[in-house]
Amino acid sequence: MLLTELESQALLLSLKVAGVAVIASLPFGLLVAWLLSRYQFWGKRLLDSLVHLPLVLPPVVTGYLLLVSLSPQSPLGSWLQTHLGLSFAFSWRGAALAAAVVAFPLMVRSLRLAFDHVDPKLEQAARTLGAGPVKVFFTITLPLIYPGLLAGVVLAFARSLGEFGATITFVANIPQETQTLPLAMYSFIETPGQEFAAARLCILAVVLALSALFFSEWLLRREQTKREVAA
Amino acid sequence: MSQVSQLVLACEKQLGSCQLALDLDLPMHGVVGLFGLSGAGKTSVINLIAGLVKPDSGRIEFNQKVFVDRQQRRWLPPEQRRIGYVFQDARLFPHYTVQKNLVYGHKTTADSEQKIAKVVQLLGIEALLQRYPNELSGGEKQRVAIGRSLLSEPELLLMDEPLASLDEPRKQELMPYLKALSQQFKLPIILVSHNLNEVLQLVDYLVLMADGKVLQHGPLEQVWNSEPMRPWLGEREQSVLLKAKVAKVADNHGMLPLALDNEASEPALCLWSSGHQLPAEQEVLVKIRAGDVALSRVRPTATSMRNVLPVTLIEFEEQDQQVEWRLAVGQQQIKARITSWAQQEMQLRPGEQVFALIKAINLIGVAK
Repeated sequence: MLLTELESQALLLSLKVAGVAVIASLPFGLLVAWLLSRYQFWGKRLLDSLVHLPLVLPPVVTGYLLLVSLSPQSPLGSWLQTHLGLSFAFSWRGAALAAAVVAFPLMVRSLRLAFDHVDPKLEQAARTLGAGPVKVFFTITLPLIYPGLLAGVVLAFARSLGEFGATITFVANIPQETQTLPLAMYSFIETPGQEFAAARLCILAVVLALSALFFSEWLLRREQTKREVAA
Repeated sequence: MSQVSQLVLACEKQLGSCQLALDLDLPMHGVVGLFGLSGAGKTSVINLIAGLVKPDSGRIEFNQKVFVDRQQRRWLPPEQRRIGYVFQDARLFPHYTVQKNLVYGHKTTADSEQKIAKVVQLLGIEALLQRYPNELSGGEKQRVAIGRSLLSEPELLLMDEPLASLDEPRKQELMPYLKALSQQFKLPIILVSHNLNEVLQLVDYLVLMADGKVLQHGPLEQVWNSEPMRPWLGEREQSVLLKAKVAKVADNHGMLPLALDNEASEPALCLWSSGHQLPAEQEVLVKIRAGDVALSRVRPTATSMRNVLPVTLIEFEEQDQQVEWRLAVGQQQIKARITSWAQQEMQLRPGEQVFALIKAINLIGVAK
């Protein structure tokens, strides 16, 4: 094996946390970006600010707020625990939530920009051809925002992989549960004599980030050639 | 005969500083033209019909189907109206091929393949099916957009200046397709246009609009000959449209006889046109410019002019050294523009019988 036991555990956990964070937040991201792009409503600026808050707050503050509002002692935390059996404290789910919250503004910004670029006239045209709003969304809007969606997903995924401050504050640094790559690396750096292990994780992180980037580039290019090939 | 469908537009809509107020009951067969300057509210009218815009008050009904009624709070969303809409800018879906664009609104049935083939053939787009919209010229895009609307099998087709964004050769290329549409698909069409030539060639029924109001509406020849139409034709280009029927005359000297009195077999009032061959009994419109009509007290005998009609003077209007007479030809009217000098010398008076010498006539499309 190329990787040590601990390294592969941290890698897989990182992928799981980031993957779940992105997939779970994508529907909300689409909804919020759609609302912000297409509608004028009371409280729009407030919603916009709220979405962007994790981008400008120190991650440790975000983590602290999550901890305060979702710990089993808090009203919301205990409600989730008793009614949905959902607990975030000191579990990988908490790490995923922290990653999702921190990456959310990046995803929404990207999606909103993509929605802004879809001409509503095309959606109107689809309506006159007998397509209801749901069909229009899935056959016209969604395919047209695909590049922006991809960019948003990759950005959010990368941000989730790198999440550190909010995660360590919210769910601590527990091997095999919440110790993602950055947290593992942090532990090695803190431990005297583990510089080499830290350097190995550093390389792993770089490779991972580049792979994600290349993968998205490849997807985009495939989409483009699909459109050009018919010429 | 298919039953005549009916469009009721009785609604108001505030458009910026302009108030659109409609009270129309339109018979829907053939091509209805909405004509006026840009900003007159023509596009807003078809957006209201399509359901892309909600009226502030009033109602819209098509074939007894209520599209919108603000009093009764009824609203039919655009996708349930079965209205086709060909936009000025085509609006093809960039991520679909021409083929997929065409069938986007099409409900597959047993004879789908034939229907699609028919539309593809009519519009001449066989070679484009596998292409994407960004590889098409403006005229090609517009044809695909028309095909896409037709295949959604609408009960009414709306067209917003479908030719406006095209250059002259492309216009000439598309015009015959548009002409064929209404007839081949038995589909009523509402055509928005600000181009007189387009109106003349395509329209059967004309709605003349200005500042959000309807100035005049009726069969093309009636509106064309009406007073509100005057400013659009220009003082030097005043003309009238006459209804005529292709006559059957034993010796036609290789020309086309056009009866103005509906008597196809033995017309008393007949115009002669060259360069056209049309079947007898076919109804056509003939455009006669006022400047091409001269007046004479006696019937000229030794003349090369073939189109000489007995007419009755009705009334005249004088403006800058010109006199424009309205003349009765059977049941219809034409206009003659003569100089004030000629008027003074001839002393023409209303009610007199004279002869109109028509230098040129123009056959307009083929009506109804």
